[in-house]
Amino acid sequence: MNVQAAPLIEIRDAALSYGNGTVALESVNLSVGQHEFLGLVGPSGCGKSTLLRLIAGLMAPSAGRVSTVSDRSGDAPEIGFVFQEPTLMPWARVFDNVHLPLRLKGLPVAEARSRVEQALEMVGLADFRRAYPRELSGGMKMRVSIARALVTRPTLLLMDEPFAALDDMTRHRLNDDLLKLWSEQRWTVVFVTHSIYEAVYLSSRVAVMAASPGRIVADLHIDSPYPRDQEYRLSAAYGAHCRVVTSALAQAGTSDV
Amino acid sequence: MSDATATTRSRHRLAADLAVPLLIALLALGAWEAIVRWRDVPAYILPAPSLIARTLVTDWGTLWPAWLITLKVTALALLASIVGGVGLAFLFTLSRWIERSLFPFAIILQVTPIIAIAPLILIYAPNTLSALLLCAWIVAFFPVLSNTVTGLRSADRNLQDLFTLYGATRWQRLRLLLAPSALPYFLAGLRIAGGLSLIGAVIAEFTAGTAGQESGLAWRILEASFRLNVARMFAALTLISVTGIAIFVALNILTRKLLGHWHESQLPEHR
Ligand SMILES: Nc1ncnc2c1ncn2[C@@H]1O[C@H](COP(=O)(O)OP(=O)(O)OP(=O)(O)O)[C@@H](O)[C@H]1O
Ligand SMILES: [Mg+2]
Repeated sequence: MNVQAAPLIEIRDAALSYGNGTVALESVNLSVGQHEFLGLVGPSGCGKSTLLRLIAGLMAPSAGRVSTVSDRSGDAPEIGFVFQEPTLMPWARVFDNVHLPLRLKGLPVAEARSRVEQALEMVGLADFRRAYPRELSGGMKMRVSIARALVTRPTLLLMDEPFAALDDMTRHRLNDDLLKLWSEQRWTVVFVTHSIYEAVYLSSRVAVMAASPGRIVADLHIDSPYPRDQEYRLSAAYGAHCRVVTSALAQAGTSDV
Repeated sequence: MSDATATTRSRHRLAADLAVPLLIALLALGAWEAIVRWRDVPAYILPAPSLIARTLVTDWGTLWPAWLITLKVTALALLASIVGGVGLAFLFTLSRWIERSLFPFAIILQVTPIIAIAPLILIYAPNTLSALLLCAWIVAFFPVLSNTVTGLRSADRNLQDLFTLYGATRWQRLRLLLAPSALPYFLAGLRIAGGLSLIGAVIAEFTAGTAGQESGLAWRILEASFRLNVARMFAALTLISVTGIAIFVALNILTRKLLGHWHESQLPEHR
């Protein structure tokens, strides 16, 4: 990982309280470099989704600073966001759902069409372009939602427990697909999950969060080389990483009692 | 289950949906006819269905123009409900401030019995037709308005965020997200408004009474009742019912057409 490059995400002392007084995040510090794969784990309700929404710019921090800068131009990076639920428009076909971001950005139809086809190809759903969301399985809907996030060719991919609702087999396959795409496209990824194993399998770095108030309590490098495959799952290094993250999480859990 | 059997099955269901009520209606009409003949009930108390049918034919010359007027008022009121209800709903979603200042008046219009307002409207409206229209509109527009407002508000939050993320314009958000999300709600409101616009038209005609040559079916009923022409009352009533049923069926077909491919309410029970 090229950690020397300017960070893509820079969060300084960020806090966020909701209107009802809930302090969801307090003094969060985090910087994520170009092409990193950051796993974000923590107990339910610790503010993972909130942090992701801050990074995406969907909310402003109540204190502190959150900035995202892409390397070349200094502009805000193109963001792809995958929600915890598929979040598809039920009235639109798969093609139109994936087409949506390009349509909103006003891309010419001809170019958009080929990009949508490409994105559908990537997630293996090219044959379902004319289907409605209700005709798809849960995993397929999730893949449509991933295709929609990829179609704008983002430099920053934010994923909120995208595979949480899937069975292990499907999840493992999608994990591998995601890693392959990541290594080809060199995105920066922030990946929220509540599965330690998933985080360690995917990430180059894992940030561990604690709850009430939400904060980052550990920042762990997962230095096993890519490409990773099922062999990695069985390796001693994988087991060791899992143990480290587990104990960090356990400490996070007890520290606020 | 293959597509073919699915179609056959839904066709069977449709046939059953139609056949059973039809059968019951026929039985009831038959019993009615039988009782009237048996007991020799005079026509000015209870006319037999056959007499009502004959009256429909013989009085067609008076009933048909009256029916046209009622149809016209109903259709225009429904149209105005759609335009007014949806237009106001869009305004309300554009600004909470507009909603706060106007919504109470919509509610006042809705809760005040139209029978009580109608005489006033008759005084101030420039002509009978516009008075009838206004009455029917007041009765019918509220469900469209309130349902559309709810619908426009109920767009998925995450989808809203998605539109924000990709820098959607207001117009794009309205057209691509809010309007489709509101459509099922709007149609549910429309189906209520369809029935109400007919009811509104009839009530308005009753209240307007003799006021003019432009009299609809409701006035024909009143007029026939003064003359104890009960058969004609029933004939006019039949036409009103037919109109109501036609509106109901048409709006259901429209709903099916617009929502059939995606909305839960329109999907078969076993998918
Ligand atoms: N819209 C909101 N209004 C008020 N409080 C909120 C809102 N959204 C989240 N919260 C609170 O903020 C805290 C963090 O919520 P968040 O959704 O970020 O947690 P999370 O880590 O994503 O949890 P999970 O793993 O269960 O998805 C929670 O205590 C929650 O109750
Ligand atoms: Mg969450």
